[in-house]
Amino acid sequence: MSLYGLQKFLYELNRDARVQERYRDDRAALLTQYPLTDEERAAIEAGDIGLIYVLGANGQLLMHFAAYLGMPWADYIKAMRDGIVTHGPVRAGVYTMTTGMDEKVAGV
Amino acid sequence: MSLVFAGICSHAPGITGRAHMAEPALRDEFYAALRQMSAELHATKPDALIVVAAEHFANFFMNNMPAFALGMSDEYQGPIEDPEWLKIERRKIRGNAALSKRLIVEVMNSVDVAYAEEWKFDHGIMVPLHFLTPAYDIPVIPANINCQGPPLTPLHRAWAFGEALRHAADAVPERIALVGTGGISHWPATPDSGKVNEAWDRELLDRWSRNDRQALLSYTDVATYRDAGQGGFEIRTFISVAAAAGGRGTIHFSKPIPIFAVGCTVATMNIACRT
Ligand SMILES: [Fe+2]
Repeated sequence: MSLYGLQKFLYELNRDARVQERYRDDRAALLTQYPLTDEERAAIEAGDIGLIYVLGANGQLLMHFAAYLGMPWADYIKAMRDGIVTHGPVRAGVYTMTTGMDEKVAGV
Repeated sequence: MSLVFAGICSHAPGITGRAHMAEPALRDEFYAALRQMSAELHATKPDALIVVAAEHFANFFMNNMPAFALGMSDEYQGPIEDPEWLKIERRKIRGNAALSKRLIVEVMNSVDVAYAEEWKFDHGIMVPLHFLTPAYDIPVIPANINCQGPPLTPLHRAWAFGEALRHAADAVPERIALVGTGGISHWPATPDSGKVNEAWDRELLDRWSRNDRQALLSYTDVATYRDAGQGGFEIRTFISVAAAAGGRGTIHFSKPIPIFAVGCTVATMNIACRT
């Protein structure tokens, strides 16, 4: 479990334009610099917000990765719900889901 | 000279970024309360504004996480987020390194604060500034309390930090304003986004307004997480303001706006004489 490495990647991507550039142009090489499980690496490579959410990434970090990928707000919220449907409950951290699947408190 | 202004407000990124998705009447009522707070803040003619924020891994990460940090630069940048997403233009924000340094030296007498000569503001500071100092006409001194990466700063230390900020503000010749930013109960950046516990928020704001130190410090992180979500950990910033001001608070606005992901809050506090 290298959740730390996954979150470190998100932290650096969110704040550093050079990391963003490398994510676009040289993704595989960039990701060798972080201690990641195969599942984490695949999730980052695919921009799989739902799986990264389930893996337990801090939501404040993940929210900006979704924005960087150009996901509208409603799609980002849906991707997290879909992640839970596909992969089960959030496995670590404090950003778990406590509402029902159809509750949609804010209408999205 | 002294602490001349104390207040608290919400900082959720949806407040600006998802403004178009909110109910217009409710949103505008909230914005009006923020603008009123801006007017009150400016009326006190502060030389600098300390913003105590709960940042979200913009500058501080688990490789080296301070319990407290204060900025010590003449210039900051923000927002770190995509300006299109936050709907706040990226810009430089004036600081005051010399004043920061004098405040830090004072604070360090009682609280081991980290200092940072580089600081990129995230929504925790940029959203409040957008409304409180829209002309960016007051130098800003950023402060951070770790509300994000457990183990978190204990509540009684957040109180001690507020007291230390008050001592420091009273020890320098400048007029200092203080604003704490954060959410009360909320579950941001999850599918629960928009959920709030209104009863819990009312109770917290009541304790804050009465400046009931014991009641404010009696929350445990386990109970806060259960009743108020991970966003509830940000009450540390409000607690530090209560400790600094020492007076009674007035709530100017407190209503949930679900698409903003938080119970939106605007409040100010009288500044009591130190005994
Ligand atoms: Fe926050």
